[in-house]
Amino acid sequence: MISLGQMLTLSSILFALSVAGIFVNRKNVLLLLMCIELLLLSANFNFVVFSRYLGQLDGQVFVFFILTVAAAESAIGLAILVVLFRERRSINVEELNKLSG
Amino acid sequence: MQLIQPLFYIFATILVLSGLGVILSRNPVHSALSLVLCFFTSAVLWLLIEAEFLAIVLVLVYVGAVMVLFLFVVMMLDINLEELRRGWTRFAWLGGLTAGLVFLEIAGVIYTKRLGIDVTQGAAPLPSGYSNTQELGTALFTTYAYPIQIAAMLLLVAIIAAISLTMRRRKGHKVQDISAQVAVQAKDRLRIIKMDPEQRP
Repeated sequence: MISLGQMLTLSSILFALSVAGIFVNRKNVLLLLMCIELLLLSANFNFVVFSRYLGQLDGQVFVFFILTVAAAESAIGLAILVVLFRERRSINVEELNKLSG
Repeated sequence: MQLIQPLFYIFATILVLSGLGVILSRNPVHSALSLVLCFFTSAVLWLLIEAEFLAIVLVLVYVGAVMVLFLFVVMMLDINLEELRRGWTRFAWLGGLTAGLVFLEIAGVIYTKRLGIDVTQGAAPLPSGYSNTQELGTALFTTYAYPIQIAAMLLLVAIIAAISLTMRRRKGHKVQDISAQVAVQAKDRLRIIKMDPEQRP
């Protein structure tokens, strides 16, 4: 039997890892997007775990919507990234300091 | 029943190690593949606590669609890795410190305050013949019928936005103008003229 505490600890480790990843990979937009995906995964983990351990289904429905929004977000984020790379030939965050196109 | 605990520890270890692989590997392709492993192990853990439908959806949607998109973009862009990796240790200690603090705070909330519930309890027991997919489908199409339509509209907007952002017209390329092709009339293509018949000399 897996206890609630074990699952929550695992998802908090995952959350902390992805926060550290945002610091470590702060120059690479692509890896920042991947770290955000990992962060969303750990949030989803909490939703599923609480839904199962409290015996209410609504948390799992919420995960469904988070998955939808995350898929839309990563599709648009990657599209912006491709346009950005075409424009600048680089995805370094430090070079993205101009507002004009 | 006794097998579940060792399985949990095995997959939790794989999950944490692949999470480390995502944030620490030098090559973005390796990061993306580690993230795929993360999603797979999370799906297995969700299966272990009997949330089957979302486990399958996670594999289908995330591994099947989103991560393929990520890998596609990683391979399409010609990124200068050396420049992006340079100086990554400068803020690594800050990242480690923040991660440690975040983890300690969450663990503190879980284990000292205990969330007002028993954190050592197991999952809520399910009645026999319980179908996670069926229950979730019933909830989605009755209670959450309007939210799911909003989610569908959101996906449509995302498709249109992604296509319109990345579509471009290159100069010097020969492309079809579909609306002009469809709107063409017979008189634009064929001209009937009156003339006298030719005489054999």
